Amino acid sequence: MAQSTDTEKKEDGRDIIEVRDFNFAYGNSQALFDVNMDIKEKEVTAFIGPSGCGKSTFLRCFNRMNDLIDIARITGGSVKINGIDIYGKEIDVIELRKHIGMVFQKSNPFPKSIYDNIAYGLRIQGIKNKSTLDDVVEECLRGAALWDEVKDRLQESALGMSGGQQQRLCIARALAVKPQILLMDEPCSALDPIATAKVEELIHSLKKDYTIVIVTHNMQQAARVSDRTAFFYLGKLIEYDVTDTIFMNPNNEQTEAYVSGRFG
Amino acid sequence: MNRYFHKELEEIRSKLILIGEKANQAGTLAVEGFIESDLEKTLTAVKMDDEIDDLEVEIDRDSVRYITLRSPVSSDVRLIFVAIKASHDLERAGDEAHSIAKRTRSILQREGKVANKVAIEEMSRLAFAMLRDALTSFLDENLKLAEGIIERDKEVDRLNKENFKTLSKGMEGDSIEASTQIETILISRSIERIADHAKNLAEEVIYLLTGE
Repeated sequence: MAQSTDTEKKEDGRDIIEVRDFNFAYGNSQALFDVNMDIKEKEVTAFIGPSGCGKSTFLRCFNRMNDLIDIARITGGSVKINGIDIYGKEIDVIELRKHIGMVFQKSNPFPKSIYDNIAYGLRIQGIKNKSTLDDVVEECLRGAALWDEVKDRLQESALGMSGGQQQRLCIARALAVKPQILLMDEPCSALDPIATAKVEELIHSLKKDYTIVIVTHNMQQAARVSDRTAFFYLGKLIEYDVTDTIFMNPNNEQTEAYVSGRFG
Repeated sequence: MNRYFHKELEEIRSKLILIGEKANQAGTLAVEGFIESDLEKTLTAVKMDDEIDDLEVEIDRDSVRYITLRSPVSSDVRLIFVAIKASHDLERAGDEAHSIAKRTRSILQREGKVANKVAIEEMSRLAFAMLRDALTSFLDENLKLAEGIIERDKEVDRLNKENFKTLSKGMEGDSIEASTQIETILISRSIERIADHAKNLAEEVIYLLTGE
Protein backbone atom coordinates (compact mmCIF):
# COMPACT_ATOMS: atom_id res chain seq x y z
CA MET A 1 0.00 0.00 0.00
CA ALA A 2 1.26 3.41 -0.99
CA GLN A 3 0.34 5.23 2.19
CA SER A 4 2.80 3.81 4.62
CA THR A 5 5.67 2.74 2.40
CA ASP A 6 7.74 5.81 3.21
CA THR A 7 7.58 5.12 6.90
CA GLU A 8 7.66 1.34 6.68
CA LYS A 9 10.90 1.49 4.74
CA LYS A 10 12.44 3.34 7.66
CA GLU A 11 10.98 1.12 10.36
CA ASP A 12 14.45 -0.21 11.10
CA GLY A 13 16.06 3.25 11.12
CA ARG A 14 18.36 4.09 13.96
CA ASP A 15 17.08 6.09 16.90
CA ILE A 16 19.31 9.16 16.83
CA ILE A 17 17.57 10.88 19.76
CA GLU A 18 16.40 8.91 22.79
CA VAL A 19 14.44 10.66 25.50
CA ARG A 20 13.64 8.87 28.75
CA ASP A 21 11.33 10.01 31.57
CA PHE A 22 12.20 13.60 30.78
CA ASN A 23 10.89 16.32 33.09
CA PHE A 24 11.51 20.00 32.70
CA ALA A 25 10.47 23.10 34.63
CA TYR A 26 10.65 26.87 34.45
CA GLY A 27 11.12 27.79 38.11
CA ASN A 28 8.30 26.06 39.93
CA SER A 29 6.22 25.59 36.85
CA GLN A 30 6.54 22.12 35.39
CA ALA A 31 6.61 22.37 31.58
CA LEU A 32 7.25 18.77 30.55
CA PHE A 33 6.14 15.61 32.32
CA ASP A 34 7.79 12.22 31.93
CA VAL A 35 8.36 12.43 28.20
CA ASN A 36 9.64 9.30 26.49
CA MET A 37 10.42 9.43 22.81
CA ASP A 38 12.77 7.94 20.24
CA ILE A 39 13.44 9.97 17.11
CA LYS A 40 14.58 8.14 14.00
CA GLU A 41 17.55 9.19 11.97
CA LYS A 42 16.89 10.84 8.59
CA GLU A 43 13.22 11.26 9.15
CA VAL A 44 11.10 14.33 9.68
CA THR A 45 9.44 14.34 13.10
CA ALA A 46 6.79 16.96 13.80
CA PHE A 47 5.68 18.25 17.20
CA ILE A 48 2.14 19.55 17.32
CA GLY A 49 -0.11 20.80 20.09
CA PRO A 50 -1.80 23.95 21.31
CA SER A 51 0.23 26.95 22.46
CA GLY A 52 1.92 26.35 25.78
CA CYS A 53 1.85 22.56 25.45
CA GLY A 54 5.65 22.34 25.73
CA LYS A 55 6.55 21.41 22.17
CA SER A 56 9.02 24.28 21.62
CA THR A 57 10.47 23.81 25.10
CA PHE A 58 11.04 20.17 24.28
CA LEU A 59 12.63 20.99 20.91
CA ARG A 60 15.02 23.39 22.62
CA CYS A 61 16.15 20.67 24.98
CA PHE A 62 17.84 18.86 22.09
CA ASN A 63 20.47 21.56 21.58
CA ARG A 64 20.35 22.85 25.15
CA MET A 65 18.97 26.20 24.10
CA ASN A 66 17.08 26.25 27.38
CA ASP A 67 20.43 26.59 29.17
CA LEU A 68 20.19 30.27 28.24
CA ILE A 69 17.12 30.71 30.45
CA ASP A 70 18.05 31.18 34.09
CA ILE A 71 15.01 29.58 35.65
CA ALA A 72 14.92 26.63 33.27
CA ARG A 73 15.97 23.28 34.75
CA ILE A 74 15.70 19.62 34.07
CA THR A 75 13.88 17.88 36.90
CA GLY A 76 14.42 14.32 35.76
CA GLY A 77 15.22 11.93 32.95
CA SER A 78 17.67 12.06 30.10
CA VAL A 79 18.15 13.06 26.48
CA LYS A 80 20.65 11.00 24.53
CA ILE A 81 21.87 11.88 21.06
CA ASN A 82 23.88 9.22 19.28
CA GLY A 83 23.77 7.34 22.58
CA ILE A 84 25.42 10.15 24.55
CA ASP A 85 23.65 11.98 27.38
CA ILE A 86 23.75 15.58 26.17
CA TYR A 87 23.28 16.88 29.69
CA GLY A 88 26.34 14.99 30.89
CA LYS A 89 29.05 16.98 32.66
CA GLU A 90 31.62 16.38 29.94
CA ILE A 91 29.45 17.80 27.18
CA ASP A 92 30.73 20.89 25.35
CA VAL A 93 27.54 22.77 24.48
CA ILE A 94 29.15 24.71 21.63
CA GLU A 95 30.34 21.45 20.11
CA LEU A 96 26.87 19.94 20.60
CA ARG A 97 25.24 22.82 18.71
CA LYS A 98 27.57 22.27 15.76
CA HIS A 99 25.88 18.91 15.34
CA ILE A 100 22.41 20.23 15.89
CA GLY A 101 21.44 23.19 13.72
CA MET A 102 18.45 25.32 14.47
CA VAL A 103 16.07 27.41 12.41
CA PHE A 104 13.73 29.80 14.16
CA GLN A 105 10.26 31.17 13.62
CA LYS A 106 11.57 34.48 12.43
CA SER A 107 14.41 34.34 9.97
CA ASN A 108 17.52 35.87 11.50
CA PRO A 109 20.18 36.38 8.85
CA PHE A 110 23.29 38.24 9.93
CA PRO A 111 23.51 41.80 8.58
CA LYS A 112 26.14 40.63 6.14
CA SER A 113 26.25 39.47 2.55
CA ILE A 114 24.51 36.29 1.46
CA TYR A 115 27.94 34.71 1.01
CA ASP A 116 29.19 35.73 4.42
CA ASN A 117 26.08 34.40 6.15
CA ILE A 118 26.93 30.91 4.93
CA ALA A 119 30.68 31.23 5.35
CA TYR A 120 30.42 32.63 8.88
CA GLY A 121 30.21 29.31 10.72
CA LEU A 122 33.12 27.90 8.76
CA ARG A 123 35.29 30.95 9.32
CA ILE A 124 34.86 30.73 13.06
CA GLN A 125 35.90 27.11 12.76
CA GLY A 126 39.13 28.44 11.24
CA ILE A 127 38.45 27.62 7.60
CA LYS A 128 39.87 30.47 5.52
CA ASN A 129 40.60 28.88 2.15
CA LYS A 130 38.54 30.78 -0.40
CA SER A 131 37.93 27.92 -2.77
CA THR A 132 36.77 25.70 0.13
CA LEU A 133 34.45 28.45 1.31
CA ASP A 134 33.16 29.01 -2.25
CA ASP A 135 32.40 25.32 -2.60
CA VAL A 136 30.57 25.11 0.72
CA VAL A 137 28.56 28.29 0.04
CA GLU A 138 27.43 26.91 -3.31
CA GLU A 139 26.71 23.46 -1.88
CA CYS A 140 24.64 24.87 0.99
CA LEU A 141 22.72 27.30 -1.19
CA ARG A 142 21.99 24.51 -3.62
CA GLY A 143 21.00 22.27 -0.70
CA ALA A 144 18.59 24.95 0.44
CA ALA A 145 17.17 25.35 -3.09
CA LEU A 146 18.38 28.94 -3.16
CA TRP A 147 21.40 28.89 -5.44
CA ASP A 148 19.62 29.71 -8.69
CA GLU A 149 17.85 32.63 -7.08
CA VAL A 150 20.92 34.26 -5.53
CA LYS A 151 24.02 33.05 -7.40
CA ASP A 152 24.41 36.41 -9.16
CA ARG A 153 24.15 38.51 -6.00
CA LEU A 154 26.12 36.62 -3.39
CA GLN A 155 27.82 39.77 -2.19
CA GLU A 156 24.56 41.65 -1.64
CA SER A 157 23.13 42.03 1.84
CA ALA A 158 21.05 39.10 3.06
CA LEU A 159 18.65 41.64 4.52
CA GLY A 160 17.54 42.54 0.98
CA MET A 161 16.13 39.07 0.39
CA SER A 162 12.44 38.20 0.70
CA GLY A 163 11.23 36.61 3.95
CA GLY A 164 11.04 33.17 2.36
CA GLN A 165 14.53 33.52 0.90
CA GLN A 166 15.89 34.70 4.25
CA GLN A 167 14.43 31.64 5.95
CA ARG A 168 15.97 29.33 3.36
CA LEU A 169 19.26 31.23 3.79
CA CYS A 170 19.09 30.46 7.52
CA ILE A 171 18.58 26.80 6.66
CA ALA A 172 21.56 26.99 4.27
CA ARG A 173 23.61 28.63 7.01
CA ALA A 174 22.68 25.84 9.40
CA LEU A 175 23.76 23.25 6.81
CA ALA A 176 27.21 24.84 6.38
CA VAL A 177 28.61 23.29 9.55
CA LYS A 178 27.27 19.88 8.48
CA PRO A 179 24.95 19.15 11.38
CA GLN A 180 23.35 15.75 11.84
CA ILE A 181 20.10 17.15 13.15
CA LEU A 182 18.14 20.24 12.16
CA LEU A 183 15.66 21.66 14.65
CA MET A 184 13.00 23.91 13.20
CA ASP A 185 10.79 25.99 15.44
CA GLU A 186 7.78 27.05 13.39
CA PRO A 187 9.97 27.88 10.39
CA CYS A 188 7.07 28.90 8.15
CA SER A 189 4.83 30.83 10.49
CA ALA A 190 5.95 34.19 9.09
CA LEU A 191 5.93 33.11 5.45
CA ASP A 192 3.34 33.36 2.68
CA PRO A 193 1.94 30.14 1.16
CA ILE A 194 4.39 30.00 -1.76
CA ALA A 195 7.44 30.58 0.47
CA THR A 196 5.98 28.02 2.90
CA ALA A 197 5.65 25.50 0.08
CA LYS A 198 9.29 26.09 -0.90
CA VAL A 199 10.49 25.51 2.66
CA GLU A 200 8.34 22.36 2.87
CA GLU A 201 9.85 21.11 -0.38
CA LEU A 202 13.26 21.83 1.08
CA ILE A 203 12.47 19.91 4.27
CA HIS A 204 11.35 16.97 2.16
CA SER A 205 14.56 16.97 0.14
CA LEU A 206 16.83 17.47 3.17
CA LYS A 207 15.62 14.41 5.03
CA LYS A 208 17.72 12.13 2.88
CA ASP A 209 20.78 13.62 4.60
CA TYR A 210 19.52 15.08 7.88
CA THR A 211 17.29 14.26 10.78
CA ILE A 212 14.72 17.01 11.07
CA VAL A 213 12.55 17.85 14.05
CA ILE A 214 9.97 20.53 13.42
CA VAL A 215 7.57 22.34 15.70
CA THR A 216 4.54 23.61 13.85
CA HIS A 217 1.20 25.17 14.64
CA ASN A 218 0.04 24.26 11.19
CA MET A 219 -1.34 20.75 11.37
CA GLN A 220 -1.62 20.45 7.60
CA GLN A 221 2.08 21.23 7.44
CA ALA A 222 2.87 18.48 9.93
CA ALA A 223 0.72 16.11 7.87
CA ARG A 224 2.47 17.11 4.65
CA VAL A 225 6.09 17.10 5.70
CA SER A 226 6.58 14.65 8.53
CA ASP A 227 7.11 10.92 8.78
CA ARG A 228 6.16 10.83 12.46
CA THR A 229 4.14 13.20 14.57
CA ALA A 230 4.07 13.79 18.31
CA PHE A 231 1.06 15.45 19.91
CA PHE A 232 1.73 17.35 23.14
CA TYR A 233 -0.85 18.70 25.55
CA LEU A 234 -0.23 20.47 28.86
CA GLY A 235 3.38 19.34 28.91
CA LYS A 236 2.62 15.69 28.27
CA LEU A 237 3.34 13.65 25.22
CA ILE A 238 -0.15 12.37 24.47
CA GLU A 239 0.53 10.36 21.35
CA TYR A 240 3.50 9.70 19.08
CA ASP A 241 3.19 7.61 15.97
CA VAL A 242 3.68 7.57 12.23
CA THR A 243 2.03 10.64 10.73
CA ASP A 244 -0.52 8.58 8.80
CA THR A 245 -1.83 7.13 12.05
CA ILE A 246 -1.90 10.43 13.94
CA PHE A 247 -3.96 12.15 11.24
CA MET A 248 -6.02 9.29 9.89
CA ASN A 249 -6.74 7.10 12.87
CA PRO A 250 -5.13 8.25 16.12
CA ASN A 251 -5.39 6.01 19.14
CA ASN A 252 -6.00 8.77 21.66
CA GLU A 253 -9.27 10.70 21.88
CA GLN A 254 -7.46 13.96 22.70
CA THR A 255 -5.30 13.59 19.59
CA GLU A 256 -8.39 12.91 17.51
CA ALA A 257 -10.10 15.99 18.94
CA TYR A 258 -7.04 18.18 18.35
CA VAL A 259 -6.23 17.10 14.78
CA SER A 260 -9.90 17.40 13.81
CA GLY A 261 -9.99 20.93 15.21
CA ARG A 262 -12.36 20.21 18.09
CA PHE A 263 -10.12 21.72 20.71
CA GLY A 264 -6.85 23.51 21.10
CA MET B 1 4.97 24.70 -8.37
CA ASN B 2 4.92 20.92 -8.39
CA ARG B 3 4.94 19.55 -4.85
CA TYR B 4 6.67 16.33 -3.89
CA PHE B 5 3.36 14.74 -2.97
CA HIS B 6 1.78 15.39 -6.37
CA LYS B 7 3.29 12.13 -7.50
CA GLU B 8 0.90 10.41 -5.09
CA LEU B 9 -1.93 11.96 -7.08
CA GLU B 10 -0.40 10.54 -10.25
CA GLU B 11 -0.29 7.13 -8.58
CA ILE B 12 -4.00 7.33 -7.79
CA ARG B 13 -4.65 8.33 -11.40
CA SER B 14 -2.59 5.39 -12.66
CA LYS B 15 -4.43 2.98 -10.40
CA LEU B 16 -7.75 4.29 -11.68
CA ILE B 17 -6.65 3.63 -15.26
CA LEU B 18 -5.44 0.18 -14.22
CA ILE B 19 -8.73 -0.80 -12.56
CA GLY B 20 -10.53 0.46 -15.67
CA GLU B 21 -8.35 -1.65 -17.94
CA LYS B 22 -8.86 -4.69 -15.76
CA ALA B 23 -12.63 -4.23 -15.62
CA ASN B 24 -12.69 -3.84 -19.40
CA GLN B 25 -10.49 -6.90 -19.87
CA ALA B 26 -12.56 -9.03 -17.47
CA GLY B 27 -15.82 -7.98 -19.19
CA THR B 28 -14.44 -8.57 -22.67
CA LEU B 29 -13.16 -12.02 -21.70
CA ALA B 30 -16.46 -12.92 -20.05
CA VAL B 31 -18.46 -11.94 -23.13
CA GLU B 32 -16.02 -13.66 -25.48
CA GLY B 33 -16.45 -16.75 -23.33
CA PHE B 34 -20.19 -16.51 -23.98
CA ILE B 35 -19.99 -15.76 -27.71
CA GLU B 36 -17.26 -18.33 -28.42
CA SER B 37 -18.45 -20.90 -25.87
CA ASP B 38 -14.95 -20.72 -24.41
CA LEU B 39 -14.87 -21.98 -20.83
CA GLU B 40 -11.24 -20.98 -20.31
CA LYS B 41 -11.97 -17.33 -21.01
CA THR B 42 -14.86 -17.34 -18.57
CA LEU B 43 -12.65 -18.86 -15.88
CA THR B 44 -9.97 -16.20 -16.44
CA ALA B 45 -12.64 -13.51 -16.16
CA VAL B 46 -13.91 -14.99 -12.89
CA LYS B 47 -10.40 -14.92 -11.43
CA MET B 48 -9.88 -11.25 -12.26
CA ASP B 49 -12.58 -10.10 -9.87
CA ASP B 50 -10.38 -10.22 -6.77
CA GLU B 51 -7.68 -8.07 -8.38
CA ILE B 52 -10.29 -5.49 -9.31
CA ASP B 53 -11.78 -5.49 -5.81
CA ASP B 54 -8.32 -5.05 -4.26
CA LEU B 55 -7.57 -2.12 -6.53
CA GLU B 56 -10.77 -0.38 -5.53
CA VAL B 57 -9.86 -0.72 -1.85
CA GLU B 58 -6.37 0.66 -2.59
CA ILE B 59 -7.73 3.64 -4.50
CA ASP B 60 -10.16 4.42 -1.67
CA ARG B 61 -7.41 4.24 0.95
CA ASP B 62 -4.97 6.30 -1.11
CA SER B 63 -7.67 8.88 -1.74
CA VAL B 64 -8.67 9.22 1.90
CA ARG B 65 -5.00 9.49 2.81
CA TYR B 66 -4.41 12.19 0.23
CA ILE B 67 -7.38 14.22 1.44
CA THR B 68 -6.25 13.87 5.05
CA LEU B 69 -2.56 14.57 4.66
CA ARG B 70 -2.23 16.76 1.57
CA SER B 71 -5.11 19.25 1.88
CA PRO B 72 -6.02 19.13 -1.83
CA VAL B 73 -8.06 21.91 -3.44
CA SER B 74 -9.64 22.68 -6.81
CA SER B 75 -8.92 20.15 -9.59
CA ASP B 76 -6.88 18.01 -7.18
CA VAL B 77 -9.82 17.51 -4.85
CA ARG B 78 -12.08 16.83 -7.86
CA LEU B 79 -9.67 14.16 -9.03
CA ILE B 80 -9.78 12.49 -5.62
CA PHE B 81 -13.57 12.65 -5.55
CA VAL B 82 -13.73 11.20 -9.07
CA ALA B 83 -11.20 8.50 -8.15
CA ILE B 84 -13.42 7.32 -5.30
CA LYS B 85 -16.61 7.38 -7.40
CA ALA B 86 -15.10 6.03 -10.60
CA SER B 87 -13.25 3.19 -8.88
CA HIS B 88 -16.58 2.14 -7.40
CA ASP B 89 -18.20 2.20 -10.85
CA LEU B 90 -15.34 0.21 -12.32
CA GLU B 91 -15.42 -2.28 -9.48
CA ARG B 92 -19.16 -2.72 -10.13
CA ALA B 93 -18.41 -3.18 -13.85
CA GLY B 94 -15.93 -5.86 -12.76
CA ASP B 95 -18.66 -7.50 -10.67
CA GLU B 96 -20.92 -7.60 -13.73
CA ALA B 97 -18.10 -9.18 -15.72
CA HIS B 98 -17.73 -11.75 -12.95
CA SER B 99 -21.46 -12.40 -13.08
CA ILE B 100 -21.45 -12.79 -16.89
CA ALA B 101 -18.56 -15.23 -16.63
CA LYS B 102 -20.24 -17.31 -13.94
CA ARG B 103 -23.53 -17.50 -15.82
CA THR B 104 -21.71 -18.43 -19.03
CA ARG B 105 -19.81 -21.11 -17.16
CA SER B 106 -23.11 -22.46 -15.88
CA ILE B 107 -24.57 -22.54 -19.42
CA LEU B 108 -21.46 -24.18 -20.85
CA GLN B 109 -21.31 -26.80 -18.12
CA ARG B 110 -24.97 -27.64 -18.70
CA GLU B 111 -25.20 -27.43 -22.48
CA GLY B 112 -21.65 -27.53 -23.81
CA LYS B 113 -22.13 -24.43 -25.94
CA VAL B 114 -24.17 -21.27 -26.18
CA ALA B 115 -26.90 -21.75 -28.76
CA ASN B 116 -28.86 -18.53 -28.57
CA LYS B 117 -26.62 -15.47 -28.57
CA VAL B 118 -29.43 -12.99 -29.28
CA ALA B 119 -27.98 -9.45 -29.47
CA ILE B 120 -25.28 -10.02 -26.84
CA GLU B 121 -22.40 -9.58 -29.27
CA GLU B 122 -23.65 -6.27 -30.66
CA MET B 123 -24.61 -5.02 -27.22
CA SER B 124 -21.27 -5.86 -25.65
CA ARG B 125 -19.42 -4.27 -28.55
CA LEU B 126 -21.24 -1.01 -27.82
CA ALA B 127 -20.93 -1.28 -24.03
CA PHE B 128 -17.20 -2.01 -24.02
CA ALA B 129 -16.54 0.70 -26.59
CA MET B 130 -18.29 3.08 -24.17
CA LEU B 131 -16.13 1.84 -21.31
CA ARG B 132 -12.90 2.15 -23.28
CA ASP B 133 -13.83 5.61 -24.51
CA ALA B 134 -14.75 6.72 -20.98
CA LEU B 135 -11.31 5.59 -19.82
CA THR B 136 -9.66 7.32 -22.77
CA SER B 137 -11.57 10.52 -22.01
CA PHE B 138 -10.18 10.35 -18.45
CA LEU B 139 -6.66 9.59 -19.62
CA ASP B 140 -6.63 12.28 -22.32
CA GLU B 141 -8.84 14.74 -20.42
CA ASN B 142 -11.07 14.75 -23.49
CA LEU B 143 -14.32 16.49 -22.59
CA LYS B 144 -15.92 16.02 -26.01
CA LEU B 145 -15.36 12.28 -25.97
CA ALA B 146 -16.82 12.02 -22.44
CA GLU B 147 -19.89 14.04 -23.42
CA GLY B 148 -20.53 11.83 -26.44
CA ILE B 149 -20.69 8.70 -24.31
CA ILE B 150 -23.84 9.69 -22.42
CA GLU B 151 -26.16 9.34 -25.43
CA ARG B 152 -24.67 6.04 -26.52
CA ASP B 153 -26.12 4.31 -23.47
CA LYS B 154 -29.59 4.47 -25.00
CA GLU B 155 -28.78 2.00 -27.77
CA VAL B 156 -27.44 -0.51 -25.22
CA ASP B 157 -30.64 -0.10 -23.18
CA ARG B 158 -32.72 -0.72 -26.32
CA LEU B 159 -30.81 -3.90 -27.17
CA ASN B 160 -31.22 -5.14 -23.60
CA LYS B 161 -35.00 -4.67 -23.82
CA GLU B 162 -35.04 -6.42 -27.19
CA ASN B 163 -33.10 -9.35 -25.73
CA PHE B 164 -35.53 -9.56 -22.85
CA LYS B 165 -38.50 -9.68 -25.23
CA THR B 166 -36.91 -12.28 -27.50
CA LEU B 167 -35.82 -14.53 -24.67
CA SER B 168 -38.96 -14.27 -22.55
CA LYS B 169 -41.14 -15.22 -25.56
CA GLY B 170 -39.47 -18.60 -25.78
CA MET B 171 -39.61 -19.41 -22.08
CA GLU B 172 -42.01 -22.29 -22.55
CA GLY B 173 -40.38 -25.63 -23.07
CA ASP B 174 -38.11 -27.80 -21.01
CA SER B 175 -36.63 -26.43 -17.82
CA ILE B 176 -32.98 -26.59 -18.91
CA GLU B 177 -33.59 -24.25 -21.79
CA ALA B 178 -35.60 -21.92 -19.56
CA SER B 179 -32.63 -21.71 -17.16
CA THR B 180 -30.34 -20.83 -20.04
CA GLN B 181 -32.76 -18.21 -21.25
CA ILE B 182 -32.99 -16.63 -17.79
CA GLU B 183 -29.21 -16.65 -17.53
CA THR B 184 -28.91 -15.05 -20.94
CA ILE B 185 -31.40 -12.35 -19.89
CA LEU B 186 -29.24 -11.70 -16.83
CA ILE B 187 -26.06 -11.60 -18.95
CA SER B 188 -27.75 -9.04 -21.17
CA ARG B 189 -28.72 -7.09 -18.08
CA SER B 190 -25.10 -7.22 -16.82
CA ILE B 191 -23.83 -5.79 -20.10
CA GLU B 192 -26.45 -3.07 -19.86
CA ARG B 193 -25.18 -2.28 -16.35
CA ILE B 194 -21.57 -2.15 -17.60
CA ALA B 195 -22.70 0.50 -20.09
CA ASP B 196 -24.38 2.35 -17.21
CA HIS B 197 -21.09 2.34 -15.29
CA ALA B 198 -19.27 3.56 -18.41
CA LYS B 199 -21.82 6.37 -18.64
CA ASN B 200 -21.27 7.22 -14.97
CA LEU B 201 -17.52 7.28 -15.55
CA ALA B 202 -18.02 9.66 -18.46
CA GLU B 203 -20.14 11.92 -16.23
CA GLU B 204 -17.41 11.83 -13.60
CA VAL B 205 -14.81 12.81 -16.22
CA ILE B 206 -17.03 15.74 -17.25
CA TYR B 207 -17.17 16.83 -13.59
CA LEU B 208 -13.40 16.45 -13.28
CA LEU B 209 -12.77 18.61 -16.32
CA THR B 210 -15.45 21.25 -15.83
CA GLY B 211 -16.29 21.22 -12.13
CA GLU B 212 -19.96 20.83 -13.09
